[in-house]
Amino acid sequence: MSELPVINSRSLELSYKIPISKTKRFWDGLKEGKILATKCRRCGKLYFPPVADCGACYSSYMDWVELSGEGRLVTYTHVIVKPASFRDEQPYTVAVAELKEGVKALAWLTNVKRKDIKIGMGVRLVPKQFTDGRVAYVFTPLTGEGRDQ
Amino acid sequence: MRRVAIIGVGHSKFGDRQDVNLKELAFEAVKPALEDAGVTPKDIAYVTVGSIGVWSEEPLPAVAVAEYCGLTGAGLVRTEAACATGSAAVYNAYTAIASGMVDLAAVIGVEKMREVDTSLAVELIGRAGSYLWEFEYFGMTFPSYYALYATAYMNRYGATEEDLALVAVKAHKYGALNPLAHLQREISIEDVLSSYVVSWPLKLYDSCPISDGSAAIVLASEEKVRELRIDTPVWIAGVGYSSGTSTLSYRNDFVGIEASVKASQQAYRMAGVGPDKIDVANVHDCFTIAELLAYEDLGFARRGEGFKMIREGETEIGGRIPVNVDGGLKAKGHPIGATGVSMIVEQTKQLREEIKPRSRQAPLKNYIALTHNVGGTGHYCYITILKR
Repeated sequence: MSELPVINSRSLELSYKIPISKTKRFWDGLKEGKILATKCRRCGKLYFPPVADCGACYSSYMDWVELSGEGRLVTYTHVIVKPASFRDEQPYTVAVAELKEGVKALAWLTNVKRKDIKIGMGVRLVPKQFTDGRVAYVFTPLTGEGRDQ
Repeated sequence: MRRVAIIGVGHSKFGDRQDVNLKELAFEAVKPALEDAGVTPKDIAYVTVGSIGVWSEEPLPAVAVAEYCGLTGAGLVRTEAACATGSAAVYNAYTAIASGMVDLAAVIGVEKMREVDTSLAVELIGRAGSYLWEFEYFGMTFPSYYALYATAYMNRYGATEEDLALVAVKAHKYGALNPLAHLQREISIEDVLSSYVVSWPLKLYDSCPISDGSAAIVLASEEKVRELRIDTPVWIAGVGYSSGTSTLSYRNDFVGIEASVKASQQAYRMAGVGPDKIDVANVHDCFTIAELLAYEDLGFARRGEGFKMIREGETEIGGRIPVNVDGGLKAKGHPIGATGVSMIVEQTKQLREEIKPRSRQAPLKNYIALTHNVGGTGHYCYITILKR
């Protein structure tokens, strides 16, 4: 049905400035090689990704704590059909792992062959600088995976 | 709380609808819904429009749609609850009548998703999870979210890719019988398994298409039902709603949708029935795995045994509880804002025993039907139980 008459609308480019003032310590931590979480000073709830306010007890007094990064793979997928803004990326694997400290994280799983990925395997969450200069974090297999879990 | 009935339904053809704009598409559903109810646009006191709207030119579509359908002047709101938008719009209008505020309301679900190209649509839906933590760096897509559930579910319970394929085969079997469905052809297990991988383990044929479409219903108070002498009102007997975390990694596990469990329990309680009393249902099958999770979340099957229902044909017509016999999101299509309303249209017609062709009519024993509409990956859930 692509031959029907249409008017092409004016185009629009959208990019948002996402404030990170309250979680800047996290982004600084990545540059220092650390994965940081926030812990509520009042109720003790640990948050990863980090938050500035505790939705559980409504305290805004949070402490920054460093995570070991070590965890166990919970689930994963290989993303083949990518969104428009990831068009130039190779297909990537996204995984969820539960970290030793009890929180889960979602990130790309890298440095592992697809056939070697197993639910339950040991992984480590590490800071990673992407080719465009931005810093985030990825999972890599834990050396001697699984044995120390 | 007053009783509320569905007295009129309308439904457009779902599919690639480049022949109409958003307003014209909405009109295709609103006109038959008002005619079915025997009312005029001027009779409608309140209108809820279920529409996401980012993929078509009107950023705030409710007012544009209402104007085009001659509904200007009525109370008006656009409702959004991700892919559960349509059901949220129904719930909003339901409460307006149940509370006594109005006697007659219309719900319009409409979406035009194909005015942008596929990769942009994939981007826009993918951004709708937890943008900063899941999309900005990791490019999650909607299939990817459900793929995470599929991987975990298959690993935990031993379901296979063939089991997922059976859901698609069933959807297409009934889609082929539904003249309003986007995809009206039967497919085989082999077709599903050999289709290209979208987000492993989910393949193209595990996924609903990107569709344009609209659906509309007219809701009335019991007083109005009597005044209009409606002969087959279908009553909203129970509603339930819940929500899940925006950030997926905050979830406890990935083998069920907690919001669906909570919402369905609430709806069953309100209707005073259990899952064993449901004659026919529409569940949210945006991906094949989602239908299996729904069987379990809704209590049709025990946890970890949903895939056995599809293997045994228990959810086909003639089985224990026919599910998605209109083709479901998978074959009928999933024009997001229209989907929840479309489910209600289908189940209203099932309960009125008006389905054509008759091979798609479910046998009715209790005259009770259920719709299950999930937003995101269990970010929202709305359940509606209907009774004739």
